[in-house]
Amino acid sequence: MDTATLTEEVAAKTIPIYIMGKRYEVPETLTIMKAMEHSGYQYIRGCGCRGGICGACATVYRKAGDYKIYTGLACQTVVEPEMYLTQIPFYPANRASYDFESAKPTAETIYELYPELFRCVACNSCTKVCPMDVEVLDYISALKRGDITAAAEISFDCIQCGLCASRCMGEMAQYHMAQVARRIQGGKIAPKAEHLEKMCGDIDAGTFTDVLEAAKVMTEDELKKVYTEREMEPHMGADEWAPASNHGLA
Amino acid sequence: MPYTPELKELIKVVEKTRPERVAKKRAGEEIPFLSLDERKERLNFHPDFKEEGRRELKVGPSKGYGIAHEIADLLEAGSRVAPEKVDLSEPAYETDVLVIGGGGAGTSASILASQQGANVIMATKLRHGDANTMMAEGGIQAASKGHKDSPYYHYLDVMGGGHFTNVPELAETLVNNAPDAIRWLEHQGVNFTKNSDGTLETIHGGGTSRKRMHYAADITGAEIMRTIRDEARNMADSIQVLEFSPAVELVLNEHGHCAGAVLYNMETQEYFVVKAKAVVLATGGCGRLHIQGFMTTNHYGATADGIVLGYRAGVPVSFLHTVQYHPTGIVFPEQAEGILITEKFRGSGANLVNVEGNQFVNEREPRDVEAASIIKECVNDGLGVPTPTGRLGIWLDSPMIEDLAGEGTVKREFPGKYILYKRFDIDISKEPMLIYPTLHYQNGGLEFQQTGETRVPGLFVAGEVGGGIHGANRLMGNSLLDIIVFGRIAGTSASQFIQNGFKDGKLTLEHVAKYNAEVEAAGITDGRVAPAIIPDYTEPEVRERQLTAHYVGNVR
Repeated sequence: MDTATLTEEVAAKTIPIYIMGKRYEVPETLTIMKAMEHSGYQYIRGCGCRGGICGACATVYRKAGDYKIYTGLACQTVVEPEMYLTQIPFYPANRASYDFESAKPTAETIYELYPELFRCVACNSCTKVCPMDVEVLDYISALKRGDITAAAEISFDCIQCGLCASRCMGEMAQYHMAQVARRIQGGKIAPKAEHLEKMCGDIDAGTFTDVLEAAKVMTEDELKKVYTEREMEPHMGADEWAPASNHGLA
Repeated sequence: MPYTPELKELIKVVEKTRPERVAKKRAGEEIPFLSLDERKERLNFHPDFKEEGRRELKVGPSKGYGIAHEIADLLEAGSRVAPEKVDLSEPAYETDVLVIGGGGAGTSASILASQQGANVIMATKLRHGDANTMMAEGGIQAASKGHKDSPYYHYLDVMGGGHFTNVPELAETLVNNAPDAIRWLEHQGVNFTKNSDGTLETIHGGGTSRKRMHYAADITGAEIMRTIRDEARNMADSIQVLEFSPAVELVLNEHGHCAGAVLYNMETQEYFVVKAKAVVLATGGCGRLHIQGFMTTNHYGATADGIVLGYRAGVPVSFLHTVQYHPTGIVFPEQAEGILITEKFRGSGANLVNVEGNQFVNEREPRDVEAASIIKECVNDGLGVPTPTGRLGIWLDSPMIEDLAGEGTVKREFPGKYILYKRFDIDISKEPMLIYPTLHYQNGGLEFQQTGETRVPGLFVAGEVGGGIHGANRLMGNSLLDIIVFGRIAGTSASQFIQNGFKDGKLTLEHVAKYNAEVEAAGITDGRVAPAIIPDYTEPEVRERQLTAHYVGNVR
């Protein structure tokens, strides 16, 4: 179970950690999230997917005798002895609303929404603080030189936890800018899938209505028969593969 | 933590059989798929088939129906707040459509309802986007390639995966709307993995006859969620989002229509009423109930709240006796236990192998068959890989992908998982992953029709909270599809209902009072309350020391 109460874990060696400065003894194998629950905290904020992808549990910590700031996701980071931690479950950030339909696929769109982009002094704090190892400064630089495609690619693993914004000397919310870039890339720059358009047209034209209606009223045995006999596309084959029978195809 | 010396020794066994397995894969030699009869036999090892795992419901519209104890505990429970205490005369908010749930289904429902001219309030338990949608990795199915595929083949696969029990009209709606769902997402700016000419990359998933799994690297769900969330945020004029405000009860009106909900502000601990002309329930699934003690892939809020709400309001449940265990959840390192390893690894060629380095099942069986096979291999045949904490697992041989598709493929195609394991000093392009089935999906749920409507007028359902599309077992890639297709449908249907169907009337929680009485009459007097809202992860010994703390259900 995903609780902190596994007997093996309770039996594990305990170490001291400092949650917002207060000392707790926790099993050394736990993540920060489970260690906080083990210590008696109940989450409302600061906990989401528990799988490292939602950005709810951004955590900042220092280690004893070390000036450096470390960051991690509470659900993914294993506790260390003498770590001083706090979660940043929310950080205010400027988000500009926009009409995506009419947005032009150029960097000017982003410049107009976020003129503060040019307040970036390239200090690289954003990259250093990113728990996902996203090269934040690199995508900001890509945006500055108008390369939306590069910004979309570099920012792809962003989970929008907001830590970059919390450290930015230019007071920017980088992750909101990256979101606009990725949408423009996906919706307006990347070539459209023509095969998809064609299939939607075929469905609208009712091309498959009869064959589907027939399948819907089949007895279970009939359905099992056509299911078992359906041709399987080979696993390692090329995309161009076509079945021997064109039954049920456009 | 990295692999222990003992596990590293066992990995050598996997490495020894790898070249031969790679050669077989290249030659297209696969372990044959099980026949339908063999599937049936194999499923005896599936947790759904454990009689002691479930019981018959004592109350409500599906009384007598046998479902998992953990869900039954919630359905056979009283309300969190006494209905007579709630002041229905002065709702805190009034709106056209109330959407309950802020995941993929709720968000697409909100967008579509708003586009139809409705004012929308979206209430969500955690943050907007904290949902299983965000965690879906592998892909989204749609028959988009007409030279080899069509909704007909997608339909066959959906029905076969569900063991031919699915509601045909729901399955039909799913497959017919699938390509348009992808087109809508593409239009919204989702970065699907594509060729330079725009052709969408597609791969196989378990139980698919054609390669129709579309994806965005290995974070397909997150890419979809953040994109449509961004669009919903752009519509802030007509979509108001109430975060950390789970619904604890649906409100009906004197005509028996659903007319809003009682929400709970988790931070200020206030209850308040939202009055609406139509309600969309999109609350997701139940993984955090840890059915049969299984670990789960699900997010923190997956506690089946919507099932409780809808059931109390009079909607029966269907297919809820089946729960999906994803075949491949992380079992080591234990800090990451339960976390999903996408089926795409197997779709890309990685074998499942036992402690002796041997394959034992085709990697692309439907999920329930695959999970049952892994459980059988470990528990019954004694060929599992022992973990340092005494659990059992099976190797998922990810380095094979490097051999098959070239060095660097794992890092490029699975960046999310590559980073996750890297944090534990495990390089999954060189070492295999240790996995075991993990609680993943609520196959069943509230009964509904292809328009999203339920038998309570004004109450619509979208996504995992509904039952019937996937029958007794959902295939990979049909859940992201389900939430987009049925989210959009529910949003549209709800706004149409306002135009013709809606009848204003006096608000009531009479159904809740009645339900409470029914629970009591069934002899259930232990004071259990539902919905659960969050799971209970407080240590028992901590609770014992919390002498003045007050818990209502799991919430302190």
